Amino acid sequence: MATDGLHENETLASLKIEAESLKGKLEEERAKLHDVELHQVAERVEALGQFVMKTRRTLKGHGNKVLCMDWCKDKRRIVSSSQDGKVIVWDSFTTNKEHAVTMPCTWVMACAYAPSGCAIACGGLDNKCSVYPLTFDKNENMAAKKKSVAMHTNYLSACSFTNSDMQILTASGDGTCALWDVESGQLLQSFHGHGADVLCLDLAPSETGNTFVSGGCDKKAMVWDMRSGQCVQAFETHESDINSVRYYPSGDAFASGSDDATCRLYDLRADREVAIYSKESIIFGASSVDFSLSGRLLFAGYNDYTINVWDVLKGARVSILFGHENRVSTLRVSPDGTAFCSGSWDHTLRVWA
Amino acid sequence: MAAGGRARAQRPNLDKMERMVVSMQDPDEGVKMRSQRLLITVIPHAVAEALHLGALLVRHGYLYPLRDPRSLALRPDETPYRFQTPYFWASTVWPASELDYAIYLAKRSIQRRGALLDHEKGCAPRIWQEHYDQLQWKISHAWDLVVTQAREQLRAMKQRRRGDRLVITCQEQAYWLVNRPPPGVPNVLEQGPERGSCAASRLQTCKSLDFYKWEIEYARKALGRNRLKSSVCLEAYLKFSSQRGPHDPILSGCLPSNPWVTDDDTYWAVNAPTAATPTRLRVERWGFSFQELLEDPVGRAHFMDFLEKEFSAENLSFWEACEQLRYGGQAQVPALVDAVYQQFLAPGAARWVNIDSRTMERTLAGLCRPHRYVLDDAQLHIYMLMKKDSYPRFLKSDMYKGLLTEATVPVETKRRVFPFMRKPRHCSPSPALPTAGPGGGGED
Repeated sequence: MATDGLHENETLASLKIEAESLKGKLEEERAKLHDVELHQVAERVEALGQFVMKTRRTLKGHGNKVLCMDWCKDKRRIVSSSQDGKVIVWDSFTTNKEHAVTMPCTWVMACAYAPSGCAIACGGLDNKCSVYPLTFDKNENMAAKKKSVAMHTNYLSACSFTNSDMQILTASGDGTCALWDVESGQLLQSFHGHGADVLCLDLAPSETGNTFVSGGCDKKAMVWDMRSGQCVQAFETHESDINSVRYYPSGDAFASGSDDATCRLYDLRADREVAIYSKESIIFGASSVDFSLSGRLLFAGYNDYTINVWDVLKGARVSILFGHENRVSTLRVSPDGTAFCSGSWDHTLRVWA
Repeated sequence: MAAGGRARAQRPNLDKMERMVVSMQDPDEGVKMRSQRLLITVIPHAVAEALHLGALLVRHGYLYPLRDPRSLALRPDETPYRFQTPYFWASTVWPASELDYAIYLAKRSIQRRGALLDHEKGCAPRIWQEHYDQLQWKISHAWDLVVTQAREQLRAMKQRRRGDRLVITCQEQAYWLVNRPPPGVPNVLEQGPERGSCAASRLQTCKSLDFYKWEIEYARKALGRNRLKSSVCLEAYLKFSSQRGPHDPILSGCLPSNPWVTDDDTYWAVNAPTAATPTRLRVERWGFSFQELLEDPVGRAHFMDFLEKEFSAENLSFWEACEQLRYGGQAQVPALVDAVYQQFLAPGAARWVNIDSRTMERTLAGLCRPHRYVLDDAQLHIYMLMKKDSYPRFLKSDMYKGLLTEATVPVETKRRVFPFMRKPRHCSPSPALPTAGPGGGGED
């Protein structure tokens, strides 16, 4: 009915006005407590010395773009996945390949190592997340024991085990995140709120809480309560897709890397963005970010084939690392902080230290 | 169109490169046209970054070499480069049409058979020929049009000056090297799987009632939340980073040496999860936070010993059981809840934990419908008890002080003098290998 349409338009318009006004008030409240900038506080901190990091290992074996990688808790093994469906487990210290499986789909954009080191999870354009137990039995085919855990309605962009092998958290191009029970494949909780594809997630290193942060194509980073499924905090200051989010080691903040060529630091207690890491000469998006163990350094892999190392406190770039011959698609610091590994569209992974 | 628009939005880097190229050509502020030498400065980073940026501009076709334009690479020699005309920018005509490509290849094919010298004699004509044949097959219905167009464009070119002909040919060639890279050359325009095709994106663009209702509810909740002053939060980073700095191997190195640098994995052996004598740095970390202590299996074991001396070890055991419940399999939930109740919460239980009556009441009530979070309140209460009470006492205890003094400090291994005499890299057993004992795979 014509009148219904008119009524709906009025309601829509008035809701829009109310939302804008509340968001404005929120910004005001946040601004009131912003009494100092990070780089000002960091003036007292000693500058970092000369930085020398080199490629210490190059892992060759993928026949196509490397899209994702994750470290095992033993600090030396890694799992990596690529565009052609191959998922490989390496002992990156010796550069030996230990396991390999071919997924029935291309663009395996997510992979994760289980905390016990006895299984891996991966997924991509198949819209699923599957778990493969790792076995050294020569007679067993790894693909035979595959367990399909998560089911989304669009591609899987990220996955992570929680504190045990029995739960998996996933992020998908269908705009949602979800928590699954690995044994039964049951959906334990789903997280709705992103207005577009969710591209990344990271679990909080919190002592008591169950929270995680996710970033998406709607330019928002959202913090979720795993138990209730509610979004507890949201940040919207990026100008483009957020490709990667990672918590600061204390759990009080997180960093994000985006297609707008910046990395940003958001503080959870202040409820705002507190730093931007950018330079005019960096024009390509950041695809993945991670902190060093102390949180002083932020490593960011970019689509212009480089890795930039940022001083988190002073906001300056400490170093550029060249070496990859195509986009850096994934980057993780090792569990004990001795090195970090980067994966690239040039088919290789590099361990830097 | 929505799809094209979304794809365009995915490439802000092209906009930025174009703005850069335009400002480089500014007569006042831009790069000097005559000199092709890159400015050498004393800051090595600046040169490396300038070269890298230049290489990116060339690879994306915004700059092209006048000599030997077979491949788009920035050569640090005397090769002259030119700015690509905006007509051929990657963002202007996208995606490149098959028809245009066919016309281009037809022109080259005609030129080679004709009297005109092919200035790219060395390049691989076979590849172009392959492309040409494939295309011919693909658009055979339009083939007459293609050949006519090609002939027409070549005829028009003959009217132009020789210098212009060279430039236009180079421009066109650079454009096609970007849009149809030869095999082995990565496609710089490739973006990966399409984003924004899901239902949620369509919802977002419609900005429906639900969208605004969510925003309003979120904003209201957020307004009611407590926030901390920035100064307080930022000070915390300084404190955290300075405390952890010496423990950060990338920042401060590690003893005896970083395995990745020296190929010696002693560092991992010395810091193994179940090492008998932990290092000094490790024992120090237990004093940083309660979480740090619990996360380290050796630290947690010592803390358990301490609690046993104080007759409160059931608190830690209860906490561990709750963690098992929270992160365990769904199917085990009812059995685990029951086990915890019997052991820790039931009246007269063997290892009864002391929780305040309100929490106990709430917990017991929740037990009739067990779920993995049913013990959260009780767990938090016990955790806080340990953190505020037992943990500080542990840090002041003789036991902890003893651990600190007994702790080892590995001797630094100097970098080998003859780097080619490398120690063979040890293999380590995978955690996934079945082991004899319940301790799990360990380093040796």
